[in-house]
Amino acid sequence: MGFKNTFRVALRALARNKMRSALTMLGIIIGVGAVIAVVSIGQGAQYMVQQGIQAMGTNVVFIAAGSGRPGGIRVGYGGVKTLTIDDMNAILREIPLIKQAAPSVNSRKQIVYGNQNWSTIVNGTTPNYFEIRNWSIQSGSVFSDEEVDLAANVCVIGTTVAKNLFLDEDPVGKTLRIGNLPFRVDGVLESKGQNVIGQDQDDAVYAPYTTVQRKISGITWVQFINASAISPVASVAAVAPITSLLRERHRIRIGDDDDFFVRTQSEVADLMNQTQGVMTMLLGGIASVSLLVGGIGIMNIMLVSVTERTREIGVRMAVGATESDVRQQFLVEAVTLSMMGGAIGILFGLVGSALISNFLSWPTLVSVRAIVTAAVFSAAVGIFFGYYPARKAARLDPIEALRYE
Amino acid sequence: MAEQIIPIAEPTQTASQGKPVIRLENVYKIYDLGEIQVQALRGVSLEVREGEFVAVMGPSGSGKSTVMNILGCLDRPTKGRYYLDGVDVSGMSKTELARIRNRKLGFVFQQFNLLARTSALENVELPTVYAGVSPEERTKRAMESLTRVGLAERAGHHPSQLSGGQQQRVAIARALVNRPAILLADEPTGNLDSRTSVEIMQILQTLNEEQGLTIVIVTHEHDIAQYAKRTLEFRDGKLRRDNIVRERLVAHEVLKTLPTAEEQAAEDEEDNARQQRQAKGDAGIAK
Repeated sequence: MGFKNTFRVALRALARNKMRSALTMLGIIIGVGAVIAVVSIGQGAQYMVQQGIQAMGTNVVFIAAGSGRPGGIRVGYGGVKTLTIDDMNAILREIPLIKQAAPSVNSRKQIVYGNQNWSTIVNGTTPNYFEIRNWSIQSGSVFSDEEVDLAANVCVIGTTVAKNLFLDEDPVGKTLRIGNLPFRVDGVLESKGQNVIGQDQDDAVYAPYTTVQRKISGITWVQFINASAISPVASVAAVAPITSLLRERHRIRIGDDDDFFVRTQSEVADLMNQTQGVMTMLLGGIASVSLLVGGIGIMNIMLVSVTERTREIGVRMAVGATESDVRQQFLVEAVTLSMMGGAIGILFGLVGSALISNFLSWPTLVSVRAIVTAAVFSAAVGIFFGYYPARKAARLDPIEALRYE
Repeated sequence: MAEQIIPIAEPTQTASQGKPVIRLENVYKIYDLGEIQVQALRGVSLEVREGEFVAVMGPSGSGKSTVMNILGCLDRPTKGRYYLDGVDVSGMSKTELARIRNRKLGFVFQQFNLLARTSALENVELPTVYAGVSPEERTKRAMESLTRVGLAERAGHHPSQLSGGQQQRVAIARALVNRPAILLADEPTGNLDSRTSVEIMQILQTLNEEQGLTIVIVTHEHDIAQYAKRTLEFRDGKLRRDNIVRERLVAHEVLKTLPTAEEQAAEDEEDNARQQRQAKGDAGIAK
């Protein structure tokens, strides 16, 4: 009996019990659909992380004033006062792997322009910060190093701030107030969107760190140092010398904790990727369980079907069907069920991930690999769970099968 | 065991002179039910020649079903030889037996055993599907076969749309479609009323007389066996009697004497009316 014939017979047998076939397929549909949707969400997230990390600037080494415990009280990152601009200069001077560095002094402030006001982060830094972070200016210019030395009241603003404070006006050259101090807006930064952890990177004001230290926060230390190594490999290699240099400068005794924290982008990227990968695997695993359950459903229905059609099997055998003919017939039926379920599931998965990226604005990335895997898996489920019922059908004794009521 | 061979199966006693299509040599069938062994057949030897019309008879437990299963290659003898169309099939594998059933044997069952929700034509095509016949040839052969049993115009009907007699005719057409050497029928009239039974016997007689088809039927009804040319009577797993049918019935002659379906209906109505009258009368007496 040719395959085309077997397939036709299988389709007809399934069409005979439409409701039952549909319900049986449901398990596979949900399983495959879930796998496709979950994997595409996971891959979308991973892709976004990679994009985000590239957007943050390559080769970046991030140093945070860290969790020291002055007086026995542990404070969070950026909480201890030991990290200074001199540390940054020492790193630049003594560690050749680092080619650039910019400090960060943050403070949340209310800023005002005309009758608009907005609460945002005021970030004190140097002009090369934007180079390190691959960030270009949309209009106007960045403040100069001289203005940093002079602690001038100048700033560049992100697009979110520009939109909320200046509405439709061009902010360049205008003066806004941070607290009570007037600042001239020198430029507006390109929009960078959300970072990997969902923060709006455009919601910030950047001013010379000297101005922020002296006039806004009233501190002499820095919270972060954004350094740039000569290559991605160098950024990882620089972590150890930076650590020992800073420990020495901060006079930390052997055995005591660092009062700073060094991170590289590749570390962050790895961590993020790993986290996403684990999440994807986990969700994929849960989805596979549903595939398994679907497979068991198929086996169950095929067993019922074999019992119901015992007489038909007897007749087929009497007129010349061999064991392998019968086995093939039921196997093809099971695989048809599971593959149809798989196909519908893939469709649902695609529609599902499209809906998710539309309504929840999560990025999704549908991978061909996931689709192929799902198709292969659903066929495998059909073969695996269809084999036992098919074998049972093939092993029936024609005499007893014909006598079956 | 040689002395148990029953001599009445000698070819000299059979009417037909064709070549033998069935030859059983001292066949035993023993069912092992664990503690006890049931001997369903105890040394059966017989021969059926081409063009014969044999009725296998016997009470239940006589072994007639077992012998039919063996003749139909659905079962294998425990001991002894079975030559079908000159080939020893007693040692064949299940797959080989399936081939033999497909090519050399045609089955007709008491329960018709047509596939439900499948047209008569497709039911008839079924054996050709397993014979690997091309789709065009399949349809052609199935139509020919249906024509032979006079059901060509019902080819598209499903079994549920056909009467019992028609269903059995479709089953006969299915049995004929691969041009078998033998037609095996297991109680072919067991589920049919008397007139339809005779109609089925008429088809079988025609196939036997006009086309020389070898037919073996199992029946426990003596009047059905009277349509065959020869009867084999089984009892206790042995062939007890092998007779040539005398005063053979001719189905199309018998049909003339039987009431038609309409006449039957009229008669039934009359019967009903009489029974009702009687019931009323009984009720009257009861009062």
